[in-house]
Amino acid sequence: MSDNYPSDVLYTEDHEWARIEGNLATIGITQFAVEQLGDVTQVDLPREGESVKQAQVFGSVESVKAVSDLFAPLSGKVLKVNTPLGDSPEYVNEDPYDQGWLIQIEMTVPAEVEKLMTPAAYSAFIRENAD
Amino acid sequence: MSSAPVLARFVDRHIGPRTFEIDAMLRSLGAASLQALGNEAVPAAIRFDGLLDLPVARSEAEALAMLESLAAKNQVFRSFIGAGYHDCFTPPVIQRNILENPGWYTQYTPYQAEISQGRLEALVNFQQMVMDLTGLDVAGASLLDEGTAAGEAMQMLYDVCEVDGADTFFVAANCHPQTIAVLQTRARPRGFKVVVGDPQTYDFADKVFGALLQYPGTDGQVVDHRAFIERAHTARAAVAMACDLLALTLLTPPGELGADVALGSAQRFGVPMGYGGPHAAFFATRAEHTRKMPGRLIGVSKDAQGKRAYRMSLQTREQHIRREKATSNICTAQVLLAVMASMYAVYHGPTGLTAIATQVAQLAATLRAALVRKGLAVASGAIFDTLRIDASADQIAGFHEEARKRRMNLRSLSPTSLCVALDETTTAQDVSDLASVFGTQAGQPAEPLPGLPDALRRKSTFLTHPVFSSHHSETQMLRYIRQLESRDLSLTHSMIALGSCTMKLNATAEMMPITWPAWCKLHPFVPVEQALGYQEIFNQLQAALATITGFPGVSLQPNAGSQGELAGLLVIREYHEKRGEGHRNLCLIPTSAHGTNPASAVMAGYHVVLVRCDDQGNVDLADLGEKAEKHSANLAALMITYPSTHGVFEEEIRAICSTIHEHGGQVYMDGANLNALVGLARPGDFGADVCHINLHKTFCIPHGGGGPGMGPIACAAHLAPYLPGHPLVKMGGEQSLGTISAAPWGSADILLISWAYIAMMGPEGLRRATQVAILSANYMAQRLDPHFPVVYKGKAGRVAHECIVDLRGFKKTAGVEVEDVAKRLMDYGFHAPTMSFPIPGTLMIEPTESESLAEIDRFCDALINIRHEIAAIESGKQPREGNVLKGAPHTAELLLSDEWSKPYPRSQAAYPLPWVKVRKFWPFVGRIDNVFGDRNFACACPPIESYETPST
Repeated sequence: MSDNYPSDVLYTEDHEWARIEGNLATIGITQFAVEQLGDVTQVDLPREGESVKQAQVFGSVESVKAVSDLFAPLSGKVLKVNTPLGDSPEYVNEDPYDQGWLIQIEMTVPAEVEKLMTPAAYSAFIRENAD
Repeated sequence: MSSAPVLARFVDRHIGPRTFEIDAMLRSLGAASLQALGNEAVPAAIRFDGLLDLPVARSEAEALAMLESLAAKNQVFRSFIGAGYHDCFTPPVIQRNILENPGWYTQYTPYQAEISQGRLEALVNFQQMVMDLTGLDVAGASLLDEGTAAGEAMQMLYDVCEVDGADTFFVAANCHPQTIAVLQTRARPRGFKVVVGDPQTYDFADKVFGALLQYPGTDGQVVDHRAFIERAHTARAAVAMACDLLALTLLTPPGELGADVALGSAQRFGVPMGYGGPHAAFFATRAEHTRKMPGRLIGVSKDAQGKRAYRMSLQTREQHIRREKATSNICTAQVLLAVMASMYAVYHGPTGLTAIATQVAQLAATLRAALVRKGLAVASGAIFDTLRIDASADQIAGFHEEARKRRMNLRSLSPTSLCVALDETTTAQDVSDLASVFGTQAGQPAEPLPGLPDALRRKSTFLTHPVFSSHHSETQMLRYIRQLESRDLSLTHSMIALGSCTMKLNATAEMMPITWPAWCKLHPFVPVEQALGYQEIFNQLQAALATITGFPGVSLQPNAGSQGELAGLLVIREYHEKRGEGHRNLCLIPTSAHGTNPASAVMAGYHVVLVRCDDQGNVDLADLGEKAEKHSANLAALMITYPSTHGVFEEEIRAICSTIHEHGGQVYMDGANLNALVGLARPGDFGADVCHINLHKTFCIPHGGGGPGMGPIACAAHLAPYLPGHPLVKMGGEQSLGTISAAPWGSADILLISWAYIAMMGPEGLRRATQVAILSANYMAQRLDPHFPVVYKGKAGRVAHECIVDLRGFKKTAGVEVEDVAKRLMDYGFHAPTMSFPIPGTLMIEPTESESLAEIDRFCDALINIRHEIAAIESGKQPREGNVLKGAPHTAELLLSDEWSKPYPRSQAAYPLPWVKVRKFWPFVGRIDNVFGDRNFACACPPIESYETPST
């Protein structure tokens, strides 16, 4: 079981993370999510300029045998998309918190940050929900 | 039972365990008799206690004699009808060694790729052939027929269209009528508008997302579609072209004309017409649409040792994973027929195919020149193999009459127009006879492709891969076929205990008639009076299926289970609409359902609402009641599999059906598990309204390595008026829902198999088959339970015809996953049971009635021995990584290499139990790297170098 919970990001119960820098949030999936998924073979992401809404589906990530929806941790407008994932989806497995980031948004409802979990809270959440 | 001597009784050949073995199996289960066991498994409330009202069992000899006399009622005219079906010459080396060879027709769909490398290579050849001939980037490994392939194209083009509100699909009026009918049927529930018109003049005034053209047109005209395609693209609509593969050897391919999709039938590449099928359809598109493609795609990957290996790629598109979001509901395809078509291309090569096409084109040109000289109004455009003649109604009727006198069929386009389509089998004498029909003589051979502009003459090369030029002698061809066959595990090796797939005996006597000329050489649109033998088969088979299901209405049209599901739901849809309740648009589906159910519901225009299952795998009645109540106003249907996908006869099925009816819904029963019901219970009696029947499961049509299948539907009287019809042949219900398959009776030729099975089993034999299927499943469940817990059982502790065993605990105790066990079974010479369906981490085992007790015991021994191998890991005697399960399957190449550093002996890898030695099946490749294959998708034949040296 993973115990990789970087302290500079906040978490959701859907196993997404967000790194907040001013009005910007970089978004990805957690080490725990990656372990559940297995090897990622395809990532479908929104385009730059599209809007995403907190807790709503904004894309999907595929392994050989499963497709999982991605839920936005925060609402906002997509500023950047990690396009290298198109050719190298393995970055999500190898480095989920850095090279494997998914999108960067400009937050439209900054107060939503309050709803995210701290590393300690997420770690406890994982332990509670483990088998 | 029949009065025939004991050994002539087919039932004793079909059923595996001998009578004394059945007695021993019953004793071990503590059951008094087959009937007593059946009574414990099947709930009393639904039991059918009588004997099915079917003719007594016939012997194999009697059934074959009946099929011969029925065949004599068919009349094989020379058919020049065309419209997507053409006579062809099946190379005998292909007919005998593939179509008539159980080593090629009894495999399952290639989910277990390591033991399916032979047909996977043949399917990659098929994909390469289609990509080359169509000039497009990527092709799949077969769809069901041209009409449904066009339907799939319409859906895909809608899915990729980015124009808001685009809702119209343009169809050229010059498409085959059955294709247009299928498109109209499929468009309606999705809310698409279909506009049929002339592509030359169409102005794109509607909000068009896509278009379909026929190339050459149904009346033979070859038109340059570049301008239309450009206009479509300007309007941001994509274009599909339905093509003739043989014509594409001579014509500029659709990819070069700018088309986005090419599709069609591969029938004329060596596959008999069979009065409608089975044949493989093809589908190709541009690389950017790969992930939106319908159906199976074979890709190239590598195994654990770095050796090239094939596998089914990008399965996340498909219904078994993506369910209601799948790109299509297609499951079983037409693998056997795609293999035949690809082998036809391998055998003839580019030069041979071009020569065949040129000969056909030349004969057509010669006939046309003769008719023009005669002064007839022959359509003036460029043609390949089909010409259209316009004349007065009297004249046209006269031509048909003259043709009939010569035992020839022409195609009637309208009362004042007919078509003549030539093919590979057409001779100069035929052309001479045809000319005489029109009162003239053939004359000198003419130049092929008259009037064809240079811009439509093919310049690009095709089939340049060496596989298409290396096997042109029969000796070489035979060896190539045999080499590939030897890489596939089929029922000729061992049992294939796939839960929910019913891999039972496909008896030789059932198979023989399908290649008799009087059955396989009929065009699907010949006048019905030339197919009276077939009509008798249909009537008798429909009557038998009605008796077996308890439903009076039967349609034989759907040519796969997925099409049966769609047809059944559309029947329900029509019923609601005709009663003024067309607003009902909601379909309840239990979470345990097969993925095709939600995918089909979406195609039928329904919203899917999931119903929970309880701990015992049964539908959660409270949840069902709640949801039926909540959605009462809009409830259209429930789709339910019975016995359940969990392998149990649910006690409450009657109550479930009543609940749905109380809320105005209809009950669709998925017939995948009908093999547990035949003769013991009838869906029509316990409350369902319509069901499909997988003839390729319960009624012995072989799986063909991934098709053909057949999925007829049976329904209650109130739904029968809506059964599928056909635009060219009068059939089906009075208020037909439209057309489901391209051919009126689907893949008619293989209906003979199911007819023969029912005839030879008789009512008692059919019931006994079901009882023994249940016995064998319960026997296996009892043997395996101490080693692998059986997950679900019915009230009396019995399973139905299959059982689910639990492997989930081993991930923690030994790091072993269900896939490791599946791959290790290959070393024992077995195909894995159904993996991780309906519950992840489990195996679903269905032995069927056809497997002997010895084989069942060997399979159990293999699984139990694997349990011991897992125990060695649990106790630390073997490492969690690099053990014999993780290393499986082991190839001969690996075990014969000079180096060996694994922590177990080679002998254990290859011969884990003594009997494995005498029937060893060697997997051709080791564990395949699925992730590499999906991350590096490639669907073309790999370059020849990699056939010689393993890539790393």
